[in-house]
Amino acid sequence: MSEVSLTGPLPRLAHTGRVTQLRVVRSEWTKLRSVRSTRWSLLIASLLTIGFPLLFAAVTSSRWGHMSPSERAGRNPLDIALAGVNVSQLAIAVLGVLVITAEYSTGMIRASFTAVPKRLPVLWAKLGVFAVVAFALSLPAVIIAFFASQAILSRHHILQISFSHGGVARSVIGGAVYLMLVGAFALALGAIIRNTAGGISAFAAIFFVIPPLLNVLPTSWNNAINPYLPSEAARSIFSLTHGPHSFAPGPGLALFAGYTLLAIVIAAVLLVRRDT
Amino acid sequence: MWPRRLPQPAASVVCMIEAQGLSKDYGAKRAVDGLSFVVRPGVVTGFLGPNGSGKSTTMRLILGLDAPTAGVVQVNGKLYREHHAPLHEVGALLEARSVHTGRSAQNHLLALAQTHGISKQRVAELIDLVGLHDVTRKRAGEFSLGMGQRLGIATALLGDPATVMLDEPVNGLDPEGIHWIRNLLKQLAAEGRTVFVSSHLMSEMALTAEHLIVIGRGRLIADLSVEEFVNRASKNIVRVRSPQADRLRELVVGPDVSVLTHEPGVLDVTGLTAEQIGDVAAKHGVTLHELTPQQASLEEAFMELTRDDVEFRANVGELEEAA
Repeated sequence: MSEVSLTGPLPRLAHTGRVTQLRVVRSEWTKLRSVRSTRWSLLIASLLTIGFPLLFAAVTSSRWGHMSPSERAGRNPLDIALAGVNVSQLAIAVLGVLVITAEYSTGMIRASFTAVPKRLPVLWAKLGVFAVVAFALSLPAVIIAFFASQAILSRHHILQISFSHGGVARSVIGGAVYLMLVGAFALALGAIIRNTAGGISAFAAIFFVIPPLLNVLPTSWNNAINPYLPSEAARSIFSLTHGPHSFAPGPGLALFAGYTLLAIVIAAVLLVRRDT
Repeated sequence: MWPRRLPQPAASVVCMIEAQGLSKDYGAKRAVDGLSFVVRPGVVTGFLGPNGSGKSTTMRLILGLDAPTAGVVQVNGKLYREHHAPLHEVGALLEARSVHTGRSAQNHLLALAQTHGISKQRVAELIDLVGLHDVTRKRAGEFSLGMGQRLGIATALLGDPATVMLDEPVNGLDPEGIHWIRNLLKQLAAEGRTVFVSSHLMSEMALTAEHLIVIGRGRLIADLSVEEFVNRASKNIVRVRSPQADRLRELVVGPDVSVLTHEPGVLDVTGLTAEQIGDVAAKHGVTLHELTPQQASLEEAFMELTRDDVEFRANVGELEEAA
């Protein structure tokens, strides 16, 4: 690079305002969109949300003729339409963790907290911006996934379900709400643990490791505990059917929102108290 | 728009850093130990101490990144976190890198600027000022140490701060960059800002600072002007070169005066001033070719001052005792 000596005095700043929550939100939006890995992760999450339902719809259509009646009865068009949510949740969760842990691993957090020494506005802004972005990208993705998978299935006149059918719209939109909350939950975990590998591991443990472990327990225990797990409560947000051992969408949403809120409160308390 | 306030760097009483009884423990280790000092506007104040003496910790305490175990430090009359526009009060360059490696210089500065409603134009001005315009879209992770340092300085100056605080700013800079930094610091002080710069190199401080705060193992060792420091550093030795050296030695030597000779015709006199030696020589018609008061180098003086407070000194002592 060309070496440049100081050409003059530091230009004075005519307009200096105070730190406001809205300004911190703008700053966090700039941070989120200006890192290449974020853009890729979000793009991939959207593609997965749409791609897997298309794949499963195509496979189901081509195999339909070879399926037994009982196997056919087990197929559910919403399971196919929302299959991608199960995959893209991992991309959303990893990104949610990274939104904050990458600041710790690079040292950026020191610059962020020097600019906003009250700190909490940074956490609120990160949560708000990431939740809105996750929802804004997930909502069209799940709607596209629903109609595209239905279009593929309709060519074979199988598994047709109307968007206005009871609970369908709620489940599809619930898929996007689910991804948004999972992202916020993961971000809070990242803020608590402050380490990328640790944050992702904690998320994976809560969502993918603990649930199968419960199968070792006596069935009655498992049935009693299972619905209260964060992952199961969250899942009931976009499930069309609800058995005796799972929550209805409303209570499930409330419970998982409660877990997310708890994680956020812990993160906020630690954020203010800990040294950086 | 929000209420605006221009900084009033000109000799405002509150425009400074004030630490009182500042201490910080990390586990069992006390990194900063009862530090009290004031950094005033209008001059460059050097913050000097050996590596590991607590300089960086003190700076983190000033910014509220770490909470003190005891004591308090205020910036411009308030705790740093209580300021409504903190970047306008203090611009800081920390020793540890504080940049997301995946973000460009421009977006890094923009994100920080936006927290205070500072414009894109200002970001562009700062990028020009520190000479990063060629690499403004390059990811910060690809920056050399010197470029990273320039980005850090741009970050520090973004908010047109009344107080500028830089931790080891010359680290990683090439000679031209170092020259640039020295001038920048003097200029910022001349504009009436409070300038607080840490270094572990006394020679660097001697070129830029007017005042020094010296610490060792977290404790305040000295709070004095560079001039005083230099005076203290003088060893009271006068070097005399004379063709009649032996004669002069006999004339000056006495109970309080000692004379050493390292080479023929050269005397190192302790206990007399250059003036006194000159007078004696004139009175007795001794020819002098040189008469020079000797000073310890600044580094020597600094080491002398901090000798008891250098980390790990105890280990050396134990070894010596064992031997």
